[in-house]
Amino acid sequence: MFKRFLFLEWKAFFRSASFGKSLGLKILLIFLAIYFSLSFLFLGFGLYPIIEKFYPDVSPPEFVNRFVLIWLVLELGFRFMLQSLPIIDIKPLIILPINRRKVVNFVLLKSLYSFYNILSLLWIIPFGIFSIYKGHSTVGMLGWILAMVFLSLCVNFLNFIIKKKFTENLKALLPVILVIIIFGLLEYFKVFEISPRFGVLMNFLFDFPYLAVFPFLGVITLYKWNQYNLENKFYLDTALKGKKQSTNTHNFGWTQKFGSIAPFLQLDLKLIWRNKRPKTTIYMSFLLLLYGLIFYTNDSYADFHAMFVFAGIFMTGIFMINFGQFIPAWDASYYPLMMSQNIPMKQYLQSKAGLITFSVVVLTILTTPYLYFGWHIFLINLVCGLYNIGVNVPVLLFAGAYNKKRIDLDKSPFMNYQGTGATQWLMVFPLMGIPILVFWLLNTFLSFEVALNTLAVLGVLGLLLRNILMEKICRLYKKRKYQMLTGFKQTGE
Amino acid sequence: MISVSNLTKTYSGTTVLNIDQLEIPEGQNFGLVGNNGAGKTTFFSLLLDLIQPSTGRIFNDEITVSESEAWKSHTASFIDESFLIGYLTPEEYFYFVGELRNYNKADVDSFIMQFEDFFNGEILSRNKYLRDLSKGNQKKVGIVAALIGDPKVVILDEPFANLDPTTQIRLKKLIKEQTQTKETTFLISSHDLIHVTEVCERIVVLDKGAVVKDIKTSEATLKELETYFEEQTLA
Repeated sequence: MFKRFLFLEWKAFFRSASFGKSLGLKILLIFLAIYFSLSFLFLGFGLYPIIEKFYPDVSPPEFVNRFVLIWLVLELGFRFMLQSLPIIDIKPLIILPINRRKVVNFVLLKSLYSFYNILSLLWIIPFGIFSIYKGHSTVGMLGWILAMVFLSLCVNFLNFIIKKKFTENLKALLPVILVIIIFGLLEYFKVFEISPRFGVLMNFLFDFPYLAVFPFLGVITLYKWNQYNLENKFYLDTALKGKKQSTNTHNFGWTQKFGSIAPFLQLDLKLIWRNKRPKTTIYMSFLLLLYGLIFYTNDSYADFHAMFVFAGIFMTGIFMINFGQFIPAWDASYYPLMMSQNIPMKQYLQSKAGLITFSVVVLTILTTPYLYFGWHIFLINLVCGLYNIGVNVPVLLFAGAYNKKRIDLDKSPFMNYQGTGATQWLMVFPLMGIPILVFWLLNTFLSFEVALNTLAVLGVLGLLLRNILMEKICRLYKKRKYQMLTGFKQTGE
Repeated sequence: MISVSNLTKTYSGTTVLNIDQLEIPEGQNFGLVGNNGAGKTTFFSLLLDLIQPSTGRIFNDEITVSESEAWKSHTASFIDESFLIGYLTPEEYFYFVGELRNYNKADVDSFIMQFEDFFNGEILSRNKYLRDLSKGNQKKVGIVAALIGDPKVVILDEPFANLDPTTQIRLKKLIKEQTQTKETTFLISSHDLIHVTEVCERIVVLDKGAVVKDIKTSEATLKELETYFEEQTLA
């Protein structure tokens, strides 16, 4: 039976609609995987000698044990954010003569093959073997390796439970996070150090390796718990009941002032407000306003103003970049409607441009407190805002004509690459590279004032030419319409 | 109203649609029938300029569909759920479509009032987003939205599928009324021969992209269609 499931998975992977289409993305991910694998492998081999060198009077395995708990908590955190759970479409399987338990077991066992499990093996095993080689008890270290592997698997299944239970309701997780933070603070201020205490327990493994059976029991318990959870979910009830979502019927009536683009502006605001992924772009925008602190407080940038241009473009344009680069893919799921309804393309695009412009203005105003760090920073941010509005908005809309990847609005925004294609990666250069380059060249060879004025003039020029540019972009969207429509129809990752 | 000449659509060598000549006069209820893959949805997508024809043209009120956008102001359609905006409530969706067709809120409100029966109390003021409605209810919203603003041409793909029997009967009544009082030209595709023959004055049968029958509906039409499709099972 497992063989059949694997066969289904195989087909699902190779026959998915976008297989091969996001090759660039896959290569990037593979590159990252190799990079992290190698890093962990080096860590595994290098950890022993490093500890020996810097802390010559402790036994390296015991030293490592002191941090095991912290490591496990961090691992859980990372897994929670990054690891995607194995999914299998149970709907078609429910009516087939297949044991429920078999399907559940398949899903759970499949999670063992996750890259994150292999990653921790990559440092645990080399470190254990190195310790044996250095004369620690073979049986003791083997016990330690097993215990560590089991602990890592505990994290795997614990993450499974947390994700299944809490992704719908993140607020319920708050107490857990609070407890972790409290322990973390106690640890940090050396009031109550829990991790070394856990390390003492881990040390018993060296003398009594059979104690590794306890983490093993932990794995079994968590596995059974998962099994129980999933088997109870193995009904369509959950799907049929339908989500009882409270609706938000705020109307954004004030948009009426904007005349002919009002309906689209309203639609876009609702889009952002009522869907997870676009909504996060808002939170991100406010969060990243703090980005400037990194640059302005760092003395090494004090004479390198081009970096401030980077910060300026970034902070005033972060919503523009995050939201704008996926125009019009946000509307992918109803693009046929937009294309056959009585909607002039120009109004549609103008409302998008209007929304982004508005965001840049707001963000630019919010960066004004950075005046504290000097007039030049204030001016740079102001000019960057102007440049974003004048030049980058049309550039983004232009690039949008080449978007043809669908975005499903209600998918989670974390590590979600849906809709990301070569266009998005290529866009970084013109959006940020060009203004930085222009500024840097003029600032270095002429003066700060000339550099700043040039950016401002470019922005104003863009604004003056806005209408002509929009006409051209409009024509391009009309030409690319059919490709977009076909592209947006392709569902699947 | 609609006029088609030398229209073909070819996907990598396979012709999926090939219509030499087709005229649909104003105010006619036009039914399109055919098995899966006969080209019904392809034809409707071409009518709405969602795909490009390989050869030929479609004229909608003398406007070439693939060249100008002017036809959009008098044409409405509901093909599938990609014509709905999932994160809006039905009311908001109606207002949005209304605004595109120069209906203000009050106009839309009084317009949807007449569909209270049709909605059967399951659509309006339920505070649900469209994406949370059942397939049948989504379809009702899509069909009614396509009627907002008195469009001259309404294109509906499989409007009867997924609807409950009561609503099917109501929809038939609705379409007949619209053609009689407002001279709306309906283009309807369906797999249900009984429904189309009841609603449409003219029925065209497509097979592998070509028009094989063009019938003015009469008492004998249903029998004729049934015989035709029975023969298909033998062939």
